[in-house]
Parts: sequence; structure tokens; C-alpha cells
Amino acid sequence: MISISDLRFRYPEGEFELNVPALSVANGETVAVIGPSGSGKTTLLHLMAGIRLPQEGKVLTDDTEVTDLDDGARRDFRIRRIGMVFQEFELLEYLTVLDNILLPFRINGSLRLDRSVRDRAASIAEQVGIADKLNRLSTRLSHGEKQRVAVCRALIAEPVLLLADEPTGNLDPTNTQKVLDILLDAADASGATLVTVTHDHDLLSRFGRTVDFRDFHRATEEVEP
Amino acid sequence: MREILFLAWRYLAHNRVKTGVLVGSIMLIVYLPVALRVLVSQSATELTSRAEATPLLVGAKGSPLELALNSLYFESDTPELTTYAEAERIADSGLAQAIPLYVRFKVRAQPIVGTSIEYLDFRGLRFADGRAMAILGECVLGSRAADILDVGVGGTVITSPESVFDIAGVYPLKMQVVGVLEPSYTADDIAVFVDLKTAWIIQGLVHGHQDMAAPESATGVLSREGDNIVANASVIQYTEITADNIDSFHFHGSTGDYPISAVIAAPHDQKSGTILMGRYESPDDPAQIFQPTTVIDELLGTIFTVQNFVVAGMILVGLAALATAVLVFALSLRLRKREIETMAKIGGSRVRVAGVLITEIAVVVLASVVLAGVLTALTARFASTAVRLLLLQ
Repeated sequence: MISISDLRFRYPEGEFELNVPALSVANGETVAVIGPSGSGKTTLLHLMAGIRLPQEGKVLTDDTEVTDLDDGARRDFRIRRIGMVFQEFELLEYLTVLDNILLPFRINGSLRLDRSVRDRAASIAEQVGIADKLNRLSTRLSHGEKQRVAVCRALIAEPVLLLADEPTGNLDPTNTQKVLDILLDAADASGATLVTVTHDHDLLSRFGRTVDFRDFHRATEEVEP
Repeated sequence: MREILFLAWRYLAHNRVKTGVLVGSIMLIVYLPVALRVLVSQSATELTSRAEATPLLVGAKGSPLELALNSLYFESDTPELTTYAEAERIADSGLAQAIPLYVRFKVRAQPIVGTSIEYLDFRGLRFADGRAMAILGECVLGSRAADILDVGVGGTVITSPESVFDIAGVYPLKMQVVGVLEPSYTADDIAVFVDLKTAWIIQGLVHGHQDMAAPESATGVLSREGDNIVANASVIQYTEITADNIDSFHFHGSTGDYPISAVIAAPHDQKSGTILMGRYESPDDPAQIFQPTTVIDELLGTIFTVQNFVVAGMILVGLAALATAVLVFALSLRLRKREIETMAKIGGSRVRVAGVLITEIAVVVLASVVLAGVLTALTARFASTAVRLLLLQ
């Protein structure tokens, strides 16, 4: 599903540099990414999704060399193949819950919004417990509800890869388990791969594998003279 | 396109106050200069049409503009007065119809127009009720004057003193309303029309009082010198003309010496008009003659110059406001940078994301232009009436 090799990424401003000598994630695998703050976990997700491009190395996602795609093709690729849950929800405040969930279908012509999509949105909302809030503006939701809307939005296009950046960061323990259940169940049901950044070490047991960012740094330090 | 419109609409609807302010501002930027042009153009038409309907104007030498404004619109102070002899001079020439005007007095704020009955025919004025003034002390009201004074046929109006401090002035005259005119949407609507002689009565030049030769008036006689009787201050002057006292009203001196403010001269043909104008070319002539259109055109020229300055100012203000609107859009985009980035991260296409933003701006601009267009259409539709009413204020 994901194959990264000899990746080196540096932001134009600042001195932060991310080096990933090698990382592979198999189809249908569920992976938790852990590491200290500022180590580049979110950046890694962005590189996997083709939101950012590395200066060196290759990123192969869903058999597609994302580094070879132009901007338009990468956007089309993301909207059709990848579902993303962001750290700070990133919902559009002027849209209702339902319209936020349907957003991917409104901002890219390669997806077609029809009745079945609307039904699926309602179904996913039902699963995460926000079915009664579909017509409410996102600004009138609690943190936990916003997070669940963000998860629904990531799932609506039935992605083969789910990239979640601390999807349970703002939730209470009950809702944390609930959202994680949803993500894992969705991944399991569709055979999608799930890569989740988390700080919650109690959750690691629920993932198939854990990638620790400190390993990358150690590896980098070992190859340096 | 449907999805783009949907997102743009939801954003604008959610931020309805900001959207409303933007639409209102841009609408005013577009509407105000256009509306001003429409109104000024309509005003020009109204002013010109009145002037065009008045071929020649004769009056004492002085400001032609003041004379034209007084004679055509019953506005401005009373111009330098001429005499009724001037009207007789034109009539005697056989070159034009002479319609004397004496616009000086008022009934409250409504101007009294002393003239001959021919004026009503000349202006094509028609009666809504009653008839034309026939005898001394009768008056005909313009439609708006009747409304303002709240009086109709059978009622009375009383002339106002020229100055509240005019203690020694003439007595107010109570006049019978015998006719009310249909609206003409000209200055005639605000006027109180009286016969020229009645205007002179208002001034006190023609007057009626008790018969000083009668024995019961002996106490009012100051002295007698043959047929001449000099009355003292106790003599009773009539302040209303009735069937009983109308015969006592009399002139002192020749009517040719009596004052009028202007004469409308309606030449029988163009040649007569030219000849008539030629007769006033002497610098020694105390009167002047001119075509009101010339004077009004000069006035309009000034108005248009002022209008151009105003429009230029408005355009500058509009450009500044437009720049502000652009700044607001730009700032709005900066504030929405994160939202735009989110759409990009999810996979929103550049075309769609840009399309949403452009559509939002287009909807705001389009709504503003449509609103401005509707307002302009309404202004154009009702400009004529509005300007007429404004001019009549």
C-alpha cells in the first residue's frame, strides 16, 4: 500500500528535516505512528498523501508514485483514494454537518454527488452518533462531535487509505474508543489501510503495528558519520 | 457548477451581514452617479420645457436669470419692476400677444401671480373645478396650492404681508376662490392666480374705502379743497371685495404707470419675434427682452458643470470604496487561507476552489449591479414625477 524509500524532506523555512530511510505499510494494515511532538508525524502523513513533496526519495501510495504526479493529479488521487482526518477537525463553519461530510463531493469533479452518497453520509453519521445533528452548523458542535464529523468526511468517499492525524486527541475516553472503533471497523470492512498518528500509548494495542519516529532518527544518526 | 454555486451561496448566506454591507456599498457606488445623471437630466428637461414654452420675456433691465426664475417658476426675489405700459407697448406693436405678470405677493408661502386671463390659455391650464377669475378679488388656485392651503372653490384665502414688520403696509386682502386648476406638474400648480388689478389692490395701489362724500363719513374728512377730499386715518379701507363695495374700488393715476414684474411676449411668428427683439436693442431702453431658453441653458450649463464635479467626486469616492471592497475580499481570502488549504488537502481541485471564491465575488457584484439597475430603472421611471415634485417644493 505505502512504500517510502530514502525520503528526505525539509521545509523551505526553518531547519527541521525529516529523513525516512525506509517504511512500508501493507494493504489493509492498521498502523499507529508515535513520536515526540515536532518530530514530523503530521508531515509524514502529508507526504504519504502527496500534500507535500519530498526533496529526495520516493513515496509510493496505493501503487501510485505520488511524487511523479502533478498537482492536479495528486488532488484527484487524494480525493478518490485517501480519506484524511486532521488534527484540528478543519470543518467549514458555514456548512451544516451533512454538507461538511459531503464536502469532498462538492470540491472535486471526479466524485459525483448523488442519492446513494447522501444515504451513505447519513449512515456513517448514524454509526458515529451524530445522525440527529446533520442539519446543525458545525460551529454549534462540541469538540467531540466535530471530530466525529471529520471522521465521517474522511470515510464518505470510501477511501483505500485512511490517514488520521490524532483523530481522538480531543475526545473523552468513551468517545475515543468509539471513534477508533469506527475507523478500525471502516478500515476492516472496506479493506482500507489505516495510518494514525497518536500520542495515546494506551491505544497502540488496537493497531496492527506501531511506527516509532525515534527509530527514524536513530537510523539517521547511525548512517551519519 | 451546481456544487460551486451551492458552496458560494452557503458562505454568503452564512456571512449575510458582511455580504449585505458589500452588496449595499457596491450598489451605491454604481447607482449614485447614474441616478444623479438621470435626475439632473430630467430636471434639465423640466426646466427647459417651461422655458421653451415661453418664447420671449420682457422686463426691467437687471438680472435676466432673476427675471426668468421669477416669471417662469415664481422663484427668487421680485426682480426690478417695469410698468404695465410695457405690456401695452408690446400689444400695440401688433407683433406679439402680451401677457403681463406681477409676481410679488404671497398667500402664506404660495406665490400670487397677477396676470390676465389669457395666461391660463397660454399655459394650457385646465380647470378641475370652478371657473376663471372674472371680477376683482377673485382668485384661481393651482392644484398643489389648493392642497397646501386646504381650500377649494367657494372658500377664501387671505394675502400675507410682505414683511411681518410692515406695520404701515397695506391691509391683507381676503379673496374668493372661484376655480381650482388640474395638476400640470409645473410651477403653475403652486400659484394663486389673480387678475392684475387684484394684484394692484393687494399692493394698495387700487383701493376701495367708504364714500367720503357721504354725510356719515364727515368724521373721516381731514380737509376739502373743491372736489378734492383729503381723508384722515380713520377712513375705513375695505379688506374684502364684495358686491356692495366693489364699485368703490378705483385707480389713482394711469394704469400704464402701475408696476408689473414681467411681460410674456408670444410673437405671432418668428419674424415678429425678431423685429420685437430688435426694438429693445437701444441701450437707453429701460426694458430688456430675451429668450428664456438662453438664460435657462446658461443656468443648466452651470448645473451640469457642478454635476460633473459631483460625479467626478462620486467616481473618486466610488473608486476608493471599490478599492476597499477589493481589500475586504483580499482580507477575506487571507482569513480563509486555512479553509482553502483544507480543501486542497482533502483533494479539492484548483478550479473548483477558485471557482467557489470567484463565484462568491461574482454573486456579490452581480447582486449589487442588479439592485443598482432596478433602482436606476425605478429612478428613471419616476424621475419625471419626482423632479416635478422637487421643483415644486
